[in-house]
Amino acid sequence: MRPEELLHSTPQGLYSPVGDFHVDPTRPVKRAIVTHGHSDHARAGHGAVLATRETLDIMAIRYGDDFAGSTQALPYGERIEVNGVGVTLHPAGHILGSAQVALDYKGCRIVVSGDYKPGTDPTCAPFEPVACDVFISEATFGLPVFRHPDPAEETRKLLDSLALFPERAHLVGAYALGKAQRVIALARAGGHERPIYVHGAMERLTAYYAAQGIALGEVRLAREAKPADLAGAIIVCPPSAMTDLWARKFPDPVTAFASGWMRIRARARQHGVELPLIISDHADWDDLQDAVLATGCSELWVTHGQEDALVHWALLAGLRARPLHMVGYGEEEAETGADVAVEPSAPERLV
Amino acid sequence: MNRFAALLDRLAYEPRRNGKIRLIADYFRHEPDPERGWALAAMTGALTFRHAKAGLIRELIAERTDPVLFALSYDYVGDLSETVALMWPAPHGRNDMAAPPLSVIVDAFSTMGRSELPAVLASLLDRLDETGRWALLKLITGSLRIGVSARLAKTAVASLGTLTPDEVELVWPGLAPPYEELFAWAEGRGERPQTDDPAPFRPVMLAHAIEDADFAALDPADFRAEWKWDGIRVQAVRAAGADGRHVTRLYSRTGEDISPAFPDLAEALGFDGALDGELLILREGRVQSFNVLQQRLNRKAVSPKLIAEFPAHIRAYDLLIEAGEDLRDLPFTTRRARLEALAAAHPGMRFDLSPLVPFASWEELAAARADPASHGAGADAEAVEGVMLKRADSPYLPGRPKGPWWKWKRDPHTVDAVLMYAQRGHGKRSSFYSDYTFGVWAPDGELVPVGKAYFGFTDAELAEIDRFVRRNTVNRFGPVREVTHTPEEGLVMEVAFEGLARSTRHRSGLAMRFPRIARLRWDKPPGEADRLETLERMLGAPEDASRPAARRAR
Ligand SMILES: [Zn+2]
Ligand SMILES: [Zn+2]
Repeated sequence: MRPEELLHSTPQGLYSPVGDFHVDPTRPVKRAIVTHGHSDHARAGHGAVLATRETLDIMAIRYGDDFAGSTQALPYGERIEVNGVGVTLHPAGHILGSAQVALDYKGCRIVVSGDYKPGTDPTCAPFEPVACDVFISEATFGLPVFRHPDPAEETRKLLDSLALFPERAHLVGAYALGKAQRVIALARAGGHERPIYVHGAMERLTAYYAAQGIALGEVRLAREAKPADLAGAIIVCPPSAMTDLWARKFPDPVTAFASGWMRIRARARQHGVELPLIISDHADWDDLQDAVLATGCSELWVTHGQEDALVHWALLAGLRARPLHMVGYGEEEAETGADVAVEPSAPERLV
Repeated sequence: MNRFAALLDRLAYEPRRNGKIRLIADYFRHEPDPERGWALAAMTGALTFRHAKAGLIRELIAERTDPVLFALSYDYVGDLSETVALMWPAPHGRNDMAAPPLSVIVDAFSTMGRSELPAVLASLLDRLDETGRWALLKLITGSLRIGVSARLAKTAVASLGTLTPDEVELVWPGLAPPYEELFAWAEGRGERPQTDDPAPFRPVMLAHAIEDADFAALDPADFRAEWKWDGIRVQAVRAAGADGRHVTRLYSRTGEDISPAFPDLAEALGFDGALDGELLILREGRVQSFNVLQQRLNRKAVSPKLIAEFPAHIRAYDLLIEAGEDLRDLPFTTRRARLEALAAAHPGMRFDLSPLVPFASWEELAAARADPASHGAGADAEAVEGVMLKRADSPYLPGRPKGPWWKWKRDPHTVDAVLMYAQRGHGKRSSFYSDYTFGVWAPDGELVPVGKAYFGFTDAELAEIDRFVRRNTVNRFGPVREVTHTPEEGLVMEVAFEGLARSTRHRSGLAMRFPRIARLRWDKPPGEADRLETLERMLGAPEDASRPAARRAR
């Protein structure tokens, strides 16, 4: 059978006509499999949602307990059948609970990787290559200019700056789910023992990570801190908060930003960032190639990002490859990488 | 080189002067000799590199990468050096060869022949990390912009111990990279380096701006006044070296040796000594506007034609050294008398005296300042920026001591302009829209930007403008917001500035000097703001603009 009969792209996202379910649908559908809790992949309002326990928990934190008609948790590595299509979740290494969705049907195997990254991350299970015929990948950082440096080295930049400017608060912009907690864990791994402060928008998610046994040390709410506590402290906040009124309570801050986009100087400068930290939760150029080749797939579909470059490489590598030009993904990355425009509401709203 | 590159990278993002000094000092503290000395040389502009052209860099990357991937990447990044630095394939996957120190790189680039350049450059790039490759490519293409002046780098050296920047400045002209004795002295491990430069720079004396309230405590009889000329403050030094040959140097206010840009002046200094004065362009005895001087400064090559067209001249304020004798501890009036005698003994030279402005009361001086033309400045009045007040008994002290010298500038020009764009500031102001682009009405009824200002307002006014910007945004471009600016709706700002120059870089055809926000005119509808014709009239002197040289001015 042609793989398109098992899975193909629709305006709502990837859809399996045999199994009658969507993967990461961007609009409410009857039955959805969700790779991870980022808002461009996990939306509220589906009839039924299948995901890892952690992803379901995260969706409940973000959208409320009634975010879907019904939910089903599936642990990594356990296979179930949905209308005859085999479904297995494998760790994607992107954020806590993130999964690749492996589908099998009549000998055809397709892996929807969602967002993923190989390499070590103390806040989630490591990425696992899964053998398949068709591998579906994103390509957010799919250009040879993106080679993410060692995150420990990037964290060292932050800690060195704290040592050099001990009287200044260090405001680190990081996406509220995943990146924020990873930055905290990295700072701990780098030997930073002082309390770390977070913006109210990441309070519950950070508490959830800690409750899952991820060692984050002492985390406090920035809004409850006295200005004197914040000298030389790390304060993690959503990127949009760095430029709104919220940031004004900190005296003479160093503004840092943890994102793969910080590799490009013009991007970092555009945001007025003073300390760019190249810390990404997505695969870089080398990672993408390694991941594709490790699956042994004969065909690569690229959902979004730098599709042209990754498809070009795959064709040169002798694979069949095509872009899916899917829209609606990468918006959380866009918020991390682009301006505050994604949040046009009144900037006067505090914390 | 990788650590120096990391410093350059960090400096490029650090907006604060003090932040930069601390970053540089931290690097100096942790980097051994001679590497840090070569870094200091690179930051003070003391390195001369064989430069590589962009074409060579493109060839090198084309040999190593797929053309489609290169094109997509370059298109995405938008900067050749950066694209190549990021894409450069490190041999054997990740790079584990020892990174070359800056000293090795400097040595390679200063000794190799042109034909060796591609191979040497490629092998260096193989051994550096992304940031190292970026810094190297920027250095050798001459396009490194890190916002560090020579003065700032020297200040960082001074901050390693208890030296002042001026002390470093004093010994600097006699030093050469990698500056080991300088670091030893700064760190308290060595003696003050002996300078054998016969014509060193002496730190200049600067004045505080006087406020209306200051006059009450000052007695006019204690002071002398002279015009403050709108040129470049310079120090001209001439002395005989050990070999008996004369050395002549022209220094900027910060001690930068600018003699190569003004060979005509250096040749014309006919006596041994050190003069403090203003560099001006004189044509037929008339001082030209700063605008004209700017045109000479903008030119890279100093041709005989340029020298003839823009003859440089020094209008002397003070005499620091005469024939080897240091006069700086003498009172101003004594130094002035020596200067007058010197000028009388060397008539027709390329320097003359800046005349004293007689006055008996502050009111008389205010009248002279308001109308220099009829108080002695005559036809040169347009080049007068204000008056300087110097205590008659003041010695010549380095830096900006408070009390002996004051500057009293002429009232600035003002214009009512309309806020068009606002950009977020840095540091303390990073959450405020604090950099403003404003415009005036062009004849076609459109607003045309005429300048940018980011100071002049109070914190309370900043908060008000910020609120206005956030509520009246019509467009966003990264950190920049465009705000409403129609004849009916918008914010009028009274902008004060020191002068106007023609500029081809600006759509309006003019550039403002030192614009700042003088007042917010919430009361004024934008339609009543000033028009471009008003600024054109202030610019006056249309003959400057019609000269071919002026049109090429940047
Ligand atoms: Zn994601
Ligand atoms: Zn995503």
